[in-house]
Amino acid sequence: MAMLDATVGHMPGMVETAPAPGPLLSVRDVGKRYGARIGCADVSFDLWPGEVLGIVGESGSGKSTLLGCLSGQLVPDTGEVVFDSRDRGPVDTLRMSERERRHLGRTDWAFVHQNPRDGLRLGVSAGGNVGERLMANGARHYGNIRATAQDWLARVEIDPGRIDDRPRQFSGGMQQRLQIARNLVSGPRLAFMDEPTGGLDVSVQARLLDLLRGLVRDICLSVVLVTHDLAVVRLLADRLMVMKGGHVIESGLTDQVLDDPQHAYTQLLVSSVLQV
Amino acid sequence: MSDYNFAYLDEDTKRMIRRAILKGIAVPGYQVPFASREMPMPYGWGTGGVQITAATLVPQDVLKVIDQGADDTTNAVSIRKFFQKTAGVEVTERTTEATVIQTRHRIPETPLTGDQILVYQVPIPEPMRFLEPRETETRRIHALADYGLMQVRLYEDIARHGEIATSYAYPVEVAGRYVMDPSPIPKFDNPKLDDCPAIQLFGAGREQRIYALPPHTGVRSLDFDDHPFTASKADHACAICGSGTSYLDEVITDDDGGRMFVCSDTDYCARRAEGVQ
Ligand SMILES: Nc1ncnc2c1ncn2[C@@H]1O[C@H](COP(=O)(O)OP(=O)(O)OP(=O)(O)O)[C@@H](O)[C@H]1O
Ligand SMILES: [Mg+2]
Repeated sequence: MAMLDATVGHMPGMVETAPAPGPLLSVRDVGKRYGARIGCADVSFDLWPGEVLGIVGESGSGKSTLLGCLSGQLVPDTGEVVFDSRDRGPVDTLRMSERERRHLGRTDWAFVHQNPRDGLRLGVSAGGNVGERLMANGARHYGNIRATAQDWLARVEIDPGRIDDRPRQFSGGMQQRLQIARNLVSGPRLAFMDEPTGGLDVSVQARLLDLLRGLVRDICLSVVLVTHDLAVVRLLADRLMVMKGGHVIESGLTDQVLDDPQHAYTQLLVSSVLQV
Repeated sequence: MSDYNFAYLDEDTKRMIRRAILKGIAVPGYQVPFASREMPMPYGWGTGGVQITAATLVPQDVLKVIDQGADDTTNAVSIRKFFQKTAGVEVTERTTEATVIQTRHRIPETPLTGDQILVYQVPIPEPMRFLEPRETETRRIHALADYGLMQVRLYEDIARHGEIATSYAYPVEVAGRYVMDPSPIPKFDNPKLDDCPAIQLFGAGREQRIYALPPHTGVRSLDFDDHPFTASKADHACAICGSGTSYLDEVITDDDGGRMFVCSDTDYCARRAEGVQ
């Protein structure tokens, strides 16, 4: 709830006493086409520190395309994405060099894939997976790297005694938690997540959601979270954007959008889920 | 010898390889692609090194060829004969007399000089091959010097074996920039790569890559602060020449588990043995 207040507190027109920090991520008119087909179009929003933004919509509505554009994995045709980096303040992530983007990608940013196999090194131990970012950022003390990796395994509820096991020896839910630890070890401020609970069965999902909720709160992580699942956004997201045909058709505080949807499509989406 | 162009390869091919060599020398440790030619020997028998040697040799050169430090193994003998036949150059087993030395798996014990070129045979030039099979990605890693993955390889070694167990092809950082596979030399030889007065050229035939260390290039073996690099060897003295500082091979002497340790560098060992006598 504190997050929601923060969001409201920074609404334009409000009188502010202390010099307020700007948004962490500022997105303007982002669009991408695949030939004649629209991937996403005219997407604008601000994401504030510590805020979780859910993006929902049917298959093909442009969620992954948008996430790709925001995280530097796809190059949008139009628009601007400005990120408030720790090192250098606000930077235009679309115009930065590949070197700078990779640096962001292993420091301030995290990317959690739906399939943990896409986000893990399967041939490398759990400790090596978690330690990679530290080493990429210059850590050269084996003992310290290992201690940090053990700490993060514990934080994602993996027995630190399994630090030398390979991801293949882990269950799907453990692999997903390992992927999260591997990403969060560098203390990022922004995480992109594409269906992070997608391939998991319901009880495993619930545990992961709980864990994510705690971590987001503990390290003041901002998240752009793509999902099909309205139950997931209900639990995690402060704010919600509903996409259809590449466009954002409705956005607002999560509870508002879900409890009082304005757009006919959102009403259908919410009612169809509630019937299930 | 008149049946062949000098050193077997035609002049255009040699020129193409020399260009790749010069580029490699200009960018130490960078893997330069080149159009590897069919050689009259199978890949895995030093075709990369042979092509570099062919492009490097001039008629006045004195060639030495070693395989695991020895001049008399089949592979070394056949490559030496190949160049005797196709280039007519003088050959030698003495490190000090050679101007070009082609090697597999060793750096000679006798310090090299500025008049010499050392040519390495390389099976796999990419030090990250087994961690990152995508060539596009390893190229990007080199381009951006984004070498966290290389360190992960050493981390895994320590996690599994309690120490950095990599004892051959131990990765190095060249001139503070590129990470390089020094070919499967024992890590005992790694310190000899550093600040070496000779030109060092590396050729991978099957993989079509050439890379190089110009004279006096800084070469640092990767490690961790709390697991520093050590150039280890068997803790014995050579049974023939008594050297306590040269790299040793373990030789089985009979069927009853008898064994001894002898210098892997046969020339070095023979000179010392002569001197001792
Ligand atoms: N590489 C591509 N080439 C061509 N069209 C694409 C490509 N990727 C996505 N599209 C199209 O762009 C639109 C948006 O796709 P996107 O993958 O972003 O949707 P999504 O909301 O993530 O769907 P899902 O929920 O199934 O993951 C779709 O019409 C899709 O067919
Ligand atoms: Mg998608």
